[in-house]
Amino acid sequence: MLIKLKGGRVYDPANGVDGEVRDIHVRDGRIVAADPSAKVDAEYDVSGRVVMAGAIDPHTHIGGGKMTIGRMMLPEDHRGHEVHRTALTRSGTGFAVPSTLAAGYRYAEMGYTAGFEPAMLPANARQAHMEMGDTPMIDKGAFAMLGSDDFLLRQMAARQDFEAIKDYIAWTMHASQAIAVKVVNPGGISAFKFNQRKLDLDEAHAHYGVSPRDILRTLARGLKELGVVHPLHVHGCNLGVPGNVDTTLATIRAMEGLPVHLTHIQFHSYGTEGDQKFSSGAAQVAELVNQHGNVSIDVGQILFGQTCTASGDSMRQYGNAKSAHPKKWVMMDIECDAGCGVVPMKYKDKSFVNALQWAIGLEIFLLVDDPWRVFLTTDHPNGAPFTTYPHLIRLLMDKGFRADMMQKIHPDAQKASILASLDREYSLYEIAIMTRAGPARSLGLADRGHLAPGAWGDITIYKDNADREAMFTTPEYVFKNGELIVRDGKIVKVVQGATHVARPDYDKGIEKSLRDYFTRYHTISFDNFKLHDDEIIDFDRGSIVVQPTGARV
Amino acid sequence: MPGTQQGIATLADTDKLNHDFVTCPFCGLHCDDLSVASNGGKLTVTKNGCEKAKAGFEHDVPSAVPQIGGKDATLPEAIAEAAARLNQSRQPLIGGLGTDVEGMRAVLALADRAGGVVDHALSAAMSRNMGVLQTKGWFMSTLTETRNRADLLIIVGVDLAAEHPRFFERIASPAEAMFDGDADKRTVVLIGCGGNAKSGVKGGRIGDVIEIACQAEEIPPLLGALRAVLKDVPHTAPPPAGIPAATLTDLAGRMKAASYGVAVWAPHALTFADADLAVQMVSDIVRDMNKTTRFVGLSLSGNDGAQSAASVCSWQTGFPLRVSFASGAPDYDPYRHDVARMLKAGEGDLLVWISSFGPVPVAPPETDLPMIVIGSPNIKLARAPDVFIPVGTPGLDHGGRLVRCDSVVSLPLKRLRSTPLPRLTEVALNIEAALQRT
Repeated sequence: MLIKLKGGRVYDPANGVDGEVRDIHVRDGRIVAADPSAKVDAEYDVSGRVVMAGAIDPHTHIGGGKMTIGRMMLPEDHRGHEVHRTALTRSGTGFAVPSTLAAGYRYAEMGYTAGFEPAMLPANARQAHMEMGDTPMIDKGAFAMLGSDDFLLRQMAARQDFEAIKDYIAWTMHASQAIAVKVVNPGGISAFKFNQRKLDLDEAHAHYGVSPRDILRTLARGLKELGVVHPLHVHGCNLGVPGNVDTTLATIRAMEGLPVHLTHIQFHSYGTEGDQKFSSGAAQVAELVNQHGNVSIDVGQILFGQTCTASGDSMRQYGNAKSAHPKKWVMMDIECDAGCGVVPMKYKDKSFVNALQWAIGLEIFLLVDDPWRVFLTTDHPNGAPFTTYPHLIRLLMDKGFRADMMQKIHPDAQKASILASLDREYSLYEIAIMTRAGPARSLGLADRGHLAPGAWGDITIYKDNADREAMFTTPEYVFKNGELIVRDGKIVKVVQGATHVARPDYDKGIEKSLRDYFTRYHTISFDNFKLHDDEIIDFDRGSIVVQPTGARV
Repeated sequence: MPGTQQGIATLADTDKLNHDFVTCPFCGLHCDDLSVASNGGKLTVTKNGCEKAKAGFEHDVPSAVPQIGGKDATLPEAIAEAAARLNQSRQPLIGGLGTDVEGMRAVLALADRAGGVVDHALSAAMSRNMGVLQTKGWFMSTLTETRNRADLLIIVGVDLAAEHPRFFERIASPAEAMFDGDADKRTVVLIGCGGNAKSGVKGGRIGDVIEIACQAEEIPPLLGALRAVLKDVPHTAPPPAGIPAATLTDLAGRMKAASYGVAVWAPHALTFADADLAVQMVSDIVRDMNKTTRFVGLSLSGNDGAQSAASVCSWQTGFPLRVSFASGAPDYDPYRHDVARMLKAGEGDLLVWISSFGPVPVAPPETDLPMIVIGSPNIKLARAPDVFIPVGTPGLDHGGRLVRCDSVVSLPLKRLRSTPLPRLTEVALNIEAALQRT
């Protein structure tokens, strides 16, 4: 089967292609070089259209227990947001916390072909993958959460051999079928179980004595030496706390050049200036990110309206629970592994704090120079549901629209932000970097996020439209592995995406310590903790793609 | 087509194997440290089984074949008849739902297409929790966290040794705990747990055992009185059930002094009127306690696959059970979409009953409606259903997954013996494929 996409304007930053008119050929799922002698089975005239690789969301909470807690807790989120079944698709519901099937369909309808769950608790990995298995259309993957788990904290407190720590990190990635590792409030989730209410970068954990700085450096170094492509994915200390910009700056410096990805950095860029003791730290954060090539970020932009925050950071979510809207929340301590906090939230443009949060996120987008190191996220659903991405893209690409939107927010927040002075407008090429090429490179997806021969045929084609929100809401064509799955924003074929994992080498000797640990302390056996390939392939009717890792150092 | 085995469904295979780290599907704790020997289809628990596990694994399963109107039929015939019945039905009610994650996925696909109502046999119990979750939320723990940290356990309204026999051995009083010291000896408080509960509180880590006896329906006001004491709210009325005020003052002091208190309940054991008030009050107390110390709830629900059914339904539809697909989209109503109520009120025209966990599979409520039963061969039925399709038990006859009571950990299930019985998943997907409506 050979498909030809004829005459589109191609934006393929991984290969340096910036809006050139090109034909793209896809044979049996993969992009191939033009072969004039080959018979074309299907040709699509896409002249004048914008052609990009399928979009990749590198940080979206789509699978795992905390989302299902949110779904259970918030029937009001679903009513009025029903998705009716069709001859092709199943029914579903949801706005901020959509049902899995509805989420998969909606992502594809928006031209996304992959999404990565960033906060998979190893203890909850089986369920996270089951939920991702019930998220059709897109490729998936997940980041295993480490850093508040008692096994690692015991290793660190006992000053164990660093190789054993690396073995444990790698084993966890295998056992939980992860592609990367995330740390959330390093050590803080565990500290909260000991009734510590805050844990700053150099504060000691009451029981283990280790600090977030120790944990961050241990995990970042461990991943680098294991050859894992995606750097340590960091949800830092003090999420949401005014003044946390200092912690964020200190965190960047603490890494001393180790590769690191700071996620939803908007929530970590708050100062304490002004009458309300709440101000933007965006300029300081952006300046330091610009200076540190080892750092990448995603923003976690907030957009106004009802949403639901869901995080492994039980300590900070408990702290933020007083802002819950509606007034209910769930916290959990989980399995000597981590925790979670689910707090519904309504961001209001007439609230000074919310309005400034909105402005801070946009400031960061516009002040960070290198689009390869900043990814477009709302930290779905924490800042806003992923369905707002087209609106966010328009805010970044259209300064007139941005200025109009800014007129609507709390007047003191307008004054407190430098946003009005920022004239930058993102280009289509830059949008393609931050929604495709950048995340693919960062996650180590060898053959996704670009359009050169050899890549899988994940391709999204838009009608050019000066209203970028409308353009990115409804692509004309979406191809997944070379199959047309969406036409004019409607699903025409349902597919099941693959699960991407990374499998760094480890010494099997670590399993002896783990088996002993599980036997002594856990309520699940070591053998059953591990998620087997067959579960994803057979029970979830999925497939596994093992992405390459570098050599272990 | 899967599951086309015909003829007599005997279990006369020649398996003779020992299986370790077997997950027990017979209560919501889902202990996974069992060893089970399989000999020609006969299973014997050889390690770590409680009496519920032994009864579940070791009972004999009669041979069974599909039936239509009480007469033997082939599986394809039974599937075709079930599909025909669903095609004719204007409002199918799909109840029981005693199955695993995979079975529940297939049932939801079927219900979505058939426009059915889905409701688990234990939904009434789950609803006591859901109402609280959806009103105010809560602060919860999980089994491993409790096992290693709890220094005070307050058990409300349930005889745990009877309902979840290994709770004390595995959770309340484990041989080892990670944080020795505070958690070395655990205080156990029993509130309205019934007269036999105290004798079941056993283990080397158990310290003081305090029994606060009251009738089940006195639990909410008693917890209210305790909450008043905890909050130093002046109260003049004496506590209910003749409990001395000093008992509550003493308990409040212990709670405030605890490093990690855990309030434990089991919604299926709270069967009195307005029992959700007990769950609400426990959750409120836990929430208050976290202002100064650490305190969590632990709900031991999830028997008969109830947690799996609720979790899968939540992630696939957005709603826990009692969902109707009649409009073409999920519609959640925990009162209206109660299958037992709908049967009584005549609000359906076909019952599909799913029940695959023995030793006594949950039987359907009495009804005159046409009935399709997909279940374990030893299910006891008051009358021959219009269609009967025997299926295997998850975790004995086929693999799968179950979500544990804490709604965090899922356990893999093993196939312990060979059987001609099909999986519910295959049966439901084949029925769905044969439906006329899209």
